[in-house]
Amino acid sequence: MVKDISFEAVMARKGEIMKKAIGIDYDIFESGNIAFDYERMMRETGYSLQEIEDIQKETGVGNTPVLELRNLTKLARKFAPAGKGARIFIKDEASNPSGSFKARRAATSCYHAKRLGYKGVIAATSGNYGAAVASQAAMRGLKCIIVQECYDSKGIGQPEIIEKARKCEAYGAEVVQLTVGPELFYTFLVLLEETGYFNASLYTPFGIAGVETLGYEISMEFREREGKDPDVVVITNAGGGNLTGTARGLIKAGATDTQVVGASVSLHGLHMASDTQFNKKSFTTGHTGFGIPFATWPDRSDVPRSAARPLRYIDRYVTVNQGPVFYMTETLAQLEGMERGPAGNTSLTAAFKLAQELDRDQIVVVQETEYTGAGKHILPQLTFAKENGIEILIGDPSEEVPGKNIILPKDPSYIKIEEIDLNRTRRSYIRNCIQNSNVDKVTKEDLEFLVADTKSNEKFVKMILDEFGVEY
Amino acid sequence: MDAKKGDWVRIHNIVLEKGERAPNLPEDTQNVPLEVWDKGFLLNDKANIGDKVVVETYIGRKVEGTLIEVNPYYKHNFGKCVPEILYIGKQVRGLIEEDGE
Repeated sequence: MVKDISFEAVMARKGEIMKKAIGIDYDIFESGNIAFDYERMMRETGYSLQEIEDIQKETGVGNTPVLELRNLTKLARKFAPAGKGARIFIKDEASNPSGSFKARRAATSCYHAKRLGYKGVIAATSGNYGAAVASQAAMRGLKCIIVQECYDSKGIGQPEIIEKARKCEAYGAEVVQLTVGPELFYTFLVLLEETGYFNASLYTPFGIAGVETLGYEISMEFREREGKDPDVVVITNAGGGNLTGTARGLIKAGATDTQVVGASVSLHGLHMASDTQFNKKSFTTGHTGFGIPFATWPDRSDVPRSAARPLRYIDRYVTVNQGPVFYMTETLAQLEGMERGPAGNTSLTAAFKLAQELDRDQIVVVQETEYTGAGKHILPQLTFAKENGIEILIGDPSEEVPGKNIILPKDPSYIKIEEIDLNRTRRSYIRNCIQNSNVDKVTKEDLEFLVADTKSNEKFVKMILDEFGVEY
Repeated sequence: MDAKKGDWVRIHNIVLEKGERAPNLPEDTQNVPLEVWDKGFLLNDKANIGDKVVVETYIGRKVEGTLIEVNPYYKHNFGKCVPEILYIGKQVRGLIEEDGE
């Protein structure tokens, strides 16, 4: 029987296609209302931390070095009040086989796909995750397709994304490249159905559990070398998986006093699905265009229930502007001899400022780096920005307008962070839960779920429910 | 003839025409088609740029599309000189050299 592959017909088969491609029946975790059993989903469909360590060891993933950034700490102290200026460390995740922490997520997904007998894996990603899946698939003898949103309607591609396509092909993957638009999901579904491959989504329990080892390693490393857990771990936040996995790993290690800070590049005002604004972005990930929508509605992802739920774990969420991230990328190379990023240096930029608030004996950890290459480097990205009419200025980055200019800080004192009001983000999430499940009354189970999923309390959730006229 | 059977080529397709795009997209995106590019070994005996062809992708899928490039290669690079960033290294090195901490 030839299947109807029209847009409407394929989208209508979404649930069925997904079930086959992930091998998880998400319905068994559902309550029929807002709540679902998150921990049960993570337990029953994921792997234990020990199992994941073993899986990752098989393909050379994890146990990446932690480096103390002594010169950067010295620089931060120059701009900190007396007695302030925490020690800054970085976990060099670029040492993973594909050059980023995403290898952790891909390792478990590919292992699982192989174990279940799938012949190949597919991932929809324009980022480092594509290279990670392609690399892990190569090691496991699986075929691989990566679907990217890459070009605008003039056929001009983001250099950073083109580099990732190259890297995927280097590992033997097929790369399907599209122009801007969320209908990429349709192409993705058609490919899943045609090939019968595994959906190596970023948001399955396997993927997120794969990041738990990162948080766990950080805690173990610091207990061994400094005799304590880090005070703050800063995590670049986009889809929420990096933050969720790392925080869960820290909790599994017992590092419950460590503050988990998310950081995103502010791309305020740019529309993510806009054809003309696509190439006005100088960051393709780690930005608020993913960070905020995924925090306020994690289940927008390519699986029915996302295992990445950042609001469950985040203690503080800050944004930085583009100019300071480029400045800090250059600084990391010039002071620490490490060429990494730029996008991965979002958390580094936030850490530089956060360290200035903390005492000198405190420890702040930047939990990832990513590889640098052609297209994916400060020079090509700024060159591309200029070609797209973005002005590169030196001054006060707080005046930066995304899509119009990039303002490099005049000096490091101009590197600032902006706080995101997490209660506003939590409120948006609760509102989305209400709207998307179309309820006027929540159950006791829903109430408990909303408290846990927003890391808040019953009083707060009830206040929001009252505001929207929802009974409990 | 631009390409013969077995050549590594790049093809292009329209996934959705501009009238078929999903609702709630920004207007600029609504007004352009959704396009796709893929690569593979040419299965037709011979073809010219602009011809409808069939390729076998690197992992073995058969895909139809318009031939646009033979022996495609990557053109991304390390960019041009960006003089605006040249002060950064000198500035931060200078700052940590001054009278210690």
